[in-house]
Amino acid sequence: MENVCNLGVNGNNSLLSYITHILHPAFMLDKDNKTCPELCYILGLESILVKVRLNRRGGADELGSEQPVAGFGDWNYCAAKDKVMTPSVRLQEMIRVIRSARTQGEERGIIQRECADIRAQFRQGDNGERSHSLAKLLYVHMLGYPAHFGQMECVRLIASPRYSEKRIGYLGAMMLLDEKQDASLLITNSIKNDLSHSSQYVQSLALCTLACMGSAEMCRDLAPEIERLLRASNSYIKKKATLCAVHIIRKVPELAELFTPTARSLLSEKNHGVLHGAVVLITELCERNPDTLNQFRKAVPELVQIMKGLVTSSYSPEHNVAGISDPFLQVRILRLLRILGHNNETASDAMNDLLAQVATNTDSSKTAGSAVLYETVLTIMDINSESGLRVLAVNILGRFLLNNDRNIRYISMTSLQKIVQTDHNAVQRHRGTIVDCLKDQDTSVKRRALELSLALVSAVNIRSMMKELLIFLSTCPPELRSQTASGIFNAAERYSPSKRWHIDTILHVLTTAGGDVRDETVPNLIQLITTASELHCYTVHKLYRALVKDISQQSLVQVACWCIGEYGDLLLKGECEEIEPVQVTEDDVLDALETVLQSHMSSPATRGFALTSTMKLSTRITDNVDRIRSIVSIYGSCIDLELQQRAVEYNALFKKYDHMRAAVLERMPVMDKNSPGHTNGDTSGEIKEPDPSKPKPVEAGLLAEPASQVCDLLDLLGGTDTPIQPNPAPASTATTTSSADLLDLLGGLEPTPVLQTVTVTVYEKNGLSLKIQCDKQTETEVTVTLISSNSTQTDITNFNLQAAVPKSVQLQMKAPSGNVIPAHGLGQVTQTVLLNNPNKVSLKMRIRVSYSNQGAVHQDTVQIDSFPSPASQPSISPL
Amino acid sequence: MSGQDSNDLAKGRRVHVTGLLTSAFTAISRKAHAHGIERNINFKMQFMLLFSRQGKLRLQKWYVPLSDTQKKKISREVIQMVLARKPKMCSFLEWRDLKIVYKRYASLYFCCAVEDQENELITLEIIHRYVELLDKYFGSVCELDIIFNFEKAYYILDEFILGGEAQETSKKNVLKAIEQADMLQEEAETPRSVLEEIGLT
Repeated sequence: MENVCNLGVNGNNSLLSYITHILHPAFMLDKDNKTCPELCYILGLESILVKVRLNRRGGADELGSEQPVAGFGDWNYCAAKDKVMTPSVRLQEMIRVIRSARTQGEERGIIQRECADIRAQFRQGDNGERSHSLAKLLYVHMLGYPAHFGQMECVRLIASPRYSEKRIGYLGAMMLLDEKQDASLLITNSIKNDLSHSSQYVQSLALCTLACMGSAEMCRDLAPEIERLLRASNSYIKKKATLCAVHIIRKVPELAELFTPTARSLLSEKNHGVLHGAVVLITELCERNPDTLNQFRKAVPELVQIMKGLVTSSYSPEHNVAGISDPFLQVRILRLLRILGHNNETASDAMNDLLAQVATNTDSSKTAGSAVLYETVLTIMDINSESGLRVLAVNILGRFLLNNDRNIRYISMTSLQKIVQTDHNAVQRHRGTIVDCLKDQDTSVKRRALELSLALVSAVNIRSMMKELLIFLSTCPPELRSQTASGIFNAAERYSPSKRWHIDTILHVLTTAGGDVRDETVPNLIQLITTASELHCYTVHKLYRALVKDISQQSLVQVACWCIGEYGDLLLKGECEEIEPVQVTEDDVLDALETVLQSHMSSPATRGFALTSTMKLSTRITDNVDRIRSIVSIYGSCIDLELQQRAVEYNALFKKYDHMRAAVLERMPVMDKNSPGHTNGDTSGEIKEPDPSKPKPVEAGLLAEPASQVCDLLDLLGGTDTPIQPNPAPASTATTTSSADLLDLLGGLEPTPVLQTVTVTVYEKNGLSLKIQCDKQTETEVTVTLISSNSTQTDITNFNLQAAVPKSVQLQMKAPSGNVIPAHGLGQVTQTVLLNNPNKVSLKMRIRVSYSNQGAVHQDTVQIDSFPSPASQPSISPL
Repeated sequence: MSGQDSNDLAKGRRVHVTGLLTSAFTAISRKAHAHGIERNINFKMQFMLLFSRQGKLRLQKWYVPLSDTQKKKISREVIQMVLARKPKMCSFLEWRDLKIVYKRYASLYFCCAVEDQENELITLEIIHRYVELLDKYFGSVCELDIIFNFEKAYYILDEFILGGEAQETSKKNVLKAIEQADMLQEEAETPRSVLEEIGLT
C-alpha cells in the first residue's frame, strides 16, 4: 500500500500539484511534501472524486461509468489518478476559463498561454498528456485560432497503440490535416495498419478518416484494403468500407472497376447500414460508367424487392421514422432506380408498379414521408413511366403546394420547375397556387415561385400573369428584382398581345425597378417605341408624366428624355385620345429636362440624353428657342467632357449652321433592331446618340438633302482644325461612307477630327486629278477649295491654276500651297478660292490647268456649270 | 478550367468568377464531364456546421478538401446568411451551387451544405437524426454539452455520417457503437496503466 502510494506520488508530479492545488486549503498539504500521510492522501482522492462528480457536468458521465474497483487502495487510487487526468476534466477546465473571458483580448491572452502550454507538452513527448493537449488544441482551433503545430502530434497519436490516443489523433487529423499537406501522407501507413487491426473500433477510425480526408494518393494505396473489407463478415466494418469505396471512386474514378464485382453481391445483405452503403456505391459506379449502368440494370428486380420489403414491412422500431420504414434507405434506392430507369424501357417497366405503390401508400404528413414521396416523384418524372403515373406524380406535387409547411411548398416548386418543360399543361393547372406563393414572405420560396411563374407565362394567360408579376416586382426583395425585370421583358416580348400593352408593361417595370434593369433595356424600348408610330403621342405623354413624377430611375429618365426630344411636338399639341388631355407648356417640358440635367441623381449618360433632347426640342417648339440656346451654352463649360462636347457642337449648330439645324434635328427614322446604329449604342455602353445617323428610307427622293447635312455635321464634329470645305452634293457612294463614318464617330464618341471629307473630282487626266470642296459661308459667299494630286511616276512641276467666273461674281484666289505635286499621290497642292455672289446668279466657274510632266507641258480647261448647292448635283463638263 | 467553365456556362450553370469554391465543389461534376457522361446527380454533403444564435461555431465537419482560410470564409458567410433568416422561413437556401439546409434546435443551428441534386427533406431528416443521437447520448442535450464535450459530438457524428453520407440508419446501432468505443477508450486509459505501473514495469 505504501509502495503504491509512493509510486503514484513520485511517478506523477502533476497529480501531486493538482491535489495540492485543489485540496491545499482543506488538507494543509505542503506543496513540496511528498511524504504525506497515506490515509489523508487516499481520503483526499476520494473527495476529489466526489467533488468532480458533484460539480463537473461533463466529467460526471465518465466518472459515473467508471470500472468497478477490486481492492480499496491501489485500484481506487489508480482510477482516481486517471480520472483526475482525463482530458475531460482538464479540457473542460480550459474551456470554462476561455468562456469566462470577458473581452476578445482576454480570450486571446488565455489561448496564447494555453497554446504555449500545449506546445511544451507536445515537445516533451510521450507522457500520457498528449491526447489531452491535442483535445484542447482542437477546441482552440474551433474558436478560429491557428493550430497547425498540432499536425505532427496527430500523426504521432494515430501511431500510438492506445485506443484513447488513436481516437483523438484521428479526430485531430480530420480537423487539422487536409489532403494537400505532407503530414497527411505520413498517416497512410498507420491507416493501413489500423485497417487490419483486430478491434473493429480501431478499423472504424481508420475507415472514417480515409473517407473524410483521403487524398487521391492515399486512395490508390489503400483501395485494395478497402475492397478486402467489403467482403468482410462484420457488417459494422462492411458498411463503412462501402462508403470508403464511394470516396475512393470520387477521388480516383479509374478505381471504380475494382469495386464493381463486390458491389453487386452487397445487395443481398440484410443489414440496412450495409445495404444503404451498397446502394450509394452502386449509384456512384453507375454514374461513372455507362457499361456498369447497363450491368446493374439487371439488379432492378432485386432493388424493387428490397424497396417492397421496406414499404410493406410491419412496424420495426429500429428503422421506423415517423411511420416510414427507413426513409434514408428508401430515398437512396429510389434515386438509384431513377438512374437505372432513365431512358430504359425494360428497367422502367420493372419499377412502375413499385413506384405507384410508394406514391399512393406513403404518408406525407411528416418530413420523412414527404422526403420519400419527393424522391418518388423525381424518379417517376425521370424514367419512362406510364402516363397515369406521371399524372399521379404531378398531383402529389400539387398537394405539396397546398401544404402548410413552407419546406414542402419549396420542394414542390423545385420539382415542378424540373418538369415544367415536359409536362407543361399539368403544371399549368397549379398556376393559381404558384402565383400565390409569390406573396410568401420567404425569399427562397419567392424565388422558386418566380422562376416557375415565368415558365408558366403563355400567350393565353399573359395579361393576368403579368399583372401578378408586376405586383411582385414592386414588392419583391432587391436581390430578385433584376431577375424579375428581365423575366418580364422576355415574356412581354414573346407573348405581348399588342404594342401598346408591351410599351405599357416595360414602362411599368421601369417606373418600379428602373435601377435594376439590364443596360440593353433602354435601346430596346426606344426601338420598340419608334416602330409603334401610332403610339408616339400616347407614349410621350405617358413618359412625360413619369418623368415629372420621378427622375431617379435612370433608364426611365433616359427613355423619357429621348421621347420628349423626338416627339416633343406631339407632347405640346396635347391631343391624345387615349390619355386624358393635359396641356403641357413649353416651359414645363424644358423645366423637366433642366431638372434632369441638374439633378445629382442623373448619371452622365442620362444628362447626355437630356441635353440632346433639349436641343432637339429647339426645332419642335416655337417660343422658347432662346432658353434652349442658353441651356446649351451653359453646358459648353461643363466639367463632364462628353456633355461639354455635345454642348459645344450644339452651340455651333445654333450659331454657325443655323440654317441646317432643322434638318439635323429631324425626327429619328425607324430603327431596325439589329441596325449598326443600334448595336453601336449597345456596345459603346455609353450614350445612345439619338442624332440623325441615317437618312430615312421614305425620303429616298430627297436623299441628297440629309446626306449633305451629314457632311456638315461631320465638319461640325471635326472641329476647327479641318479646313472649311465646300459642299458639293456628293455622289451616293460618298453618302454611304460618310454616314458610316458618322456612325462610327457617334458610337465611339472619340473626339478625333474627321479627315475624310466629301470631295468631288472635276478633272482627271494624265495622272493629275483635281477635286473641289465647297462650303457656303453665308448666303452670298462661297469658299471653294481646289485639291490637286498626282498619281504618275514623276513629279508634276510648274503646276498652275487659273479661274474665271461670271462677271457679277467677285473672285479672290488665294496663293496655292505649291507648284510641284509629288509623284505617287504622295502629296497634294491646295488652293482656296473665295467667291462672292451678291446678285445670286447661278454660279459657274472655268478653271484652266497648266503643268509640266516628264518634260511635256500640258494645258486643259474644266468648266463647272452649276456649283454644288445642298440640293443639286454638280454638273461638270470637261471642255 | 476555362474549358470547364465554358461548359458550365453552356449548360446554364452559374460559374463564379471569384472561383473560391469552384475548383473544390465542382470537382465531381467536372470529372463526370471528362468521362462524357451527363451527370445529373450530385448529392454529397459538403460540410456540416453547428453554431449558436450568436454565430459562434460549435462544430464543423468538412467533407471536401479546403484550406483553413477557405473554411473560415465559407463558414462566416453561411452563418451570416442563416442567422439573417426569420424564424418562419423555409429551411433551404441556395448559395453558390450548393443548397444550404438548416434547422434550429433551441439555441443551436444545425446546418448542412449539400450538392444541388440532393433531396433537401432527407437532409433535414439526417440533421434531425443527429440531434436525436446527441440527445440520447447526453440525455436531453443542450448547447453546453456540445461545447464541453465537443469531441464526443464529433465521435457521434463520425459514427453516423461517413464521408458525407449516412452510414447507419438505425439509431440504436449508432449509440451502441459509440458506447462500446467509449468503453474501449476507458479501458485503454485505466487498467492497462495500472498493470504497467504496479507489477509489470
